[in-house]
Amino acid sequence: MILPTDQFPPTQKPSESVSGVTVRLAGDSGDGMQLLGTQLTNTSALSGNDVATFPDFPAEIRAPRGTRAGVSGFQVQFSAEEIFTPGDGLDALVCMNPAALTTNLTDLKKSGILIVNSDSFEAKDLKLAKLEESPLEDGTTDPYRTIHVPMTKLTRGAVESTGLSTKFADRCKNFFAMGLVFWLYGRDVEPTLRFIDNKFGKKAPEVAEANRLALKAGWNYGETTEDFASTYQVSAAELKKGNYKNVMGNQALAWGLISAAKLSDKDLFLGSYPITPASDILHELSKHKNFGVRTFQAEDEIAAVCSAIGAAFGGSMAVTTSSGPGIALKGEGMGLGLMLELPMIIIDVQRGGPSTGLPTKTEQSDLLMAMYGRNGESPLPVVAAQSPADCFRTAIEAWQIATRYMIPVMILSDGYIANGAEPWRIPEVDSLPKIPVSHPAGQKQNGEPFLPYKRDENLARPWAIPGTEGLMHRVGGLEKEDGTGNVSYDPDNHQHMVETRANKVAKAAEFLDPLEVDGPDSGTLVLSWGGTYGSCRTAVKACQENGKSVAHAHLRWINPFPRNLGEVLKRYDNVLIPELNTGQLRLIIRNEFLVDAKGFNKIKGKPFSVTELVEAIEAIA
Amino acid sequence: MSTELPVLKAKDFESDQDVRWCPGCGDYSILAQMKKVLADIGAKKESTVFVSGIGCSSRFPYYMDTYGMHSIHGRAPAFATGLKSTRPELDVWVITGDGDALSIGGNHLVHVIRRNLDINIVLFNNSIYGLTKGQYSPTSKIGKVTKSTPRGSIDHPLNPLSIAIAAEGTFVARSVDTNIKHLCETFKRAHAHKGTSFVEVYQNCNVFNDGIWDYAKDKKTKDQSTVVLEHGKPLVYDNGTKGIRLNGFQPEIVELDGNVAVDDLLFHNEKETQPHLANVLARMRFPEFPEPIGVFRAVERPTYDEGINQQVEEAQAEQGVGDLAKLYAAGDTWTV
Repeated sequence: MILPTDQFPPTQKPSESVSGVTVRLAGDSGDGMQLLGTQLTNTSALSGNDVATFPDFPAEIRAPRGTRAGVSGFQVQFSAEEIFTPGDGLDALVCMNPAALTTNLTDLKKSGILIVNSDSFEAKDLKLAKLEESPLEDGTTDPYRTIHVPMTKLTRGAVESTGLSTKFADRCKNFFAMGLVFWLYGRDVEPTLRFIDNKFGKKAPEVAEANRLALKAGWNYGETTEDFASTYQVSAAELKKGNYKNVMGNQALAWGLISAAKLSDKDLFLGSYPITPASDILHELSKHKNFGVRTFQAEDEIAAVCSAIGAAFGGSMAVTTSSGPGIALKGEGMGLGLMLELPMIIIDVQRGGPSTGLPTKTEQSDLLMAMYGRNGESPLPVVAAQSPADCFRTAIEAWQIATRYMIPVMILSDGYIANGAEPWRIPEVDSLPKIPVSHPAGQKQNGEPFLPYKRDENLARPWAIPGTEGLMHRVGGLEKEDGTGNVSYDPDNHQHMVETRANKVAKAAEFLDPLEVDGPDSGTLVLSWGGTYGSCRTAVKACQENGKSVAHAHLRWINPFPRNLGEVLKRYDNVLIPELNTGQLRLIIRNEFLVDAKGFNKIKGKPFSVTELVEAIEAIA
Repeated sequence: MSTELPVLKAKDFESDQDVRWCPGCGDYSILAQMKKVLADIGAKKESTVFVSGIGCSSRFPYYMDTYGMHSIHGRAPAFATGLKSTRPELDVWVITGDGDALSIGGNHLVHVIRRNLDINIVLFNNSIYGLTKGQYSPTSKIGKVTKSTPRGSIDHPLNPLSIAIAAEGTFVARSVDTNIKHLCETFKRAHAHKGTSFVEVYQNCNVFNDGIWDYAKDKKTKDQSTVVLEHGKPLVYDNGTKGIRLNGFQPEIVELDGNVAVDDLLFHNEKETQPHLANVLARMRFPEFPEPIGVFRAVERPTYDEGINQQVEEAQAEQGVGDLAKLYAAGDTWTV
């Protein structure tokens, strides 16, 4: 169909050029803020901006309407420059109700744009948000450029011709808000019109039409109202040449896994149990069965990891995905995977803990569990993805290590990068590394026993799979005699095997890139890991611009550490380790390198802001 | 060149590992019958996999010269699910015990059965925890005095067959460790069945729970205390002198002394779609009733491994075999 883009004429008002904009959309969890945010992100990315997002929503699917607990937010920064975070202070905040306003207003820059749905500030709305007075009337919003928009009324009017009931008409409010925001920043409506058509065009044409009308009404409202004197333009960013696509962390992980399977000529098996914020990996992989992907939604977390081990024994690329509570349950299974010396991938998309904790909030507090959370001496390689797009590379690297050393590898992600989005430079398939995997060939039994634990130069044992003639062998969780793999209680053999399993992990450092340092060779080193890469990098850059001698190094592999880490740490007077936990990496670094590293720790379920990091760095630099 | 396949004997299925069960354990007989059955059915060593959990019975895979995995406590069905789903051509056997399958692994057992994964589960039921030296198990009777229940167990026991039937098991059977002929026959039927075959084996633990199944094993008593199930035949036992008749939903023992016609007896129908009858049989316990031995239920239902692989084939037929470049380029992209 022809999309009515011509109904969205470019503005006649003056347009101010800005380098970047941070917008947050906040409303009730049923208001469609995540949809609005995703659309704004996609259209910005397609226009060539660099983008970074931070969706923030409650754990409840429909928390009580209008309450503070039910507020769902989506923050996006789009920029003409390369960016690494979804931004700190907000340039604009859209609030659909008083609860959204009260819980988000402090993040809006002074004189920033505040767009509110003024129809939802009635006495009953205020009561739901536990407010005595309307913040629109008591001076709360005075420091901001507040624009009252009667969105409910205007949306109802706009969609009247479709004959939708009030209930359904009100659901189009987010498209009205979208139209207004798109107008304000000169965003292209075409991708959103296409989205509306794909989603509702066939199923519910009247809903499609209503959403288009609401979008248009929002756009026109911006052009007509005198509240906005001008619009803003953000030009395309100078990213590295290539084809780009906007990806979220979980999606990039799934695609990385599919790619790793293909690169190693393996079929992918996922054993998984639904858990926030990891379920989207299961959902994404389930869509790609044509890649030979088999997904098994297990009866529990334990069955999920065990089924993966079973698939690995059979010769598949086996994966299990979860978050902290699920990883806690998988511990015994992971230990078996380590004893069996089978390659597989275990993904922990970290969330706030302990126990059920904060399911939809981010945290980096599973590091010690990933490193040490199993019975016995059971080290596993651990790699932490640093950004949504980096999840792709992380999955491929993890499978390279798993197969090269015959060992389960843990990938740490977190809620922030799992649901966050950024542009991903689409790789040429030929540029991706082939992952060599082989299984010993069958042979006639000749009286010589097959040695399932005979090791190669990487200490890896042969991946002999059932169905292969003459290589019948038994594996299990009891200690193995090296070489034969027979059950052994021999004291010296046990020590040898414990050391051998640890040496395999240590050896992986030979294969991995050394640590890169961004900045001077002396002064202060900011050492970060995982999902805080973007904010740490941005903060260090700001400190460097302020003339401070501050360098940044970012760890992706925590086990093994990059082989030059000790040498890098020695160069600096101060080492600061910012973490979204109480100091888990710091504990390991201090233990391993006897370095008096300082911590900057935040455990609020939220990522670091650049501002707070700059303050913390400059306090010691 | 000869095209004949080498014929394997029972002994060929023996691994080079010393068997370390207690002398006199019922496991020896089960192991011996398994080797014999595999030889009889022409199984290939390389295509056969034994997966076990933890417990005395779970040492079983070490003693077979096939592929094997001695996994973790209770989880064998989960390992088997990953293996069989990805390698449906393999013959997968799960070896488990009453503690492994019904206590710590209860969840996995019911789920693998309801999914109807095409594997064979052999549950060695000795009503005791042997490897941990004698605590009561989920099948121990109320009042059972063990190391952990000095005043007698107060746990109501589980009936393994009722669990399998409730999980909509498609093949549910019971046999006895020393009833060699019956055990072999049952294993063969379990192997031939497509879907999850669940076999409970009465197994004697001569160290911690000696003699609990004597009524079903002893030549002098077994005719009176068990009734052998045969598809399409009436339930007759004790040398044809007694039978089982249904009175409503209740089974009752009748004397076949001429006043009751054989035609009035309960005729066994293992193919009955509904599981009610199988459960009536499963609930017949000694000494109130003779305990049924044999195949309680054998019905057809699509298997999980078929389903999961069929979806992959269908997706590949519809969308073509996955292509990474196409995957990356799908949806909105832009060029810098």
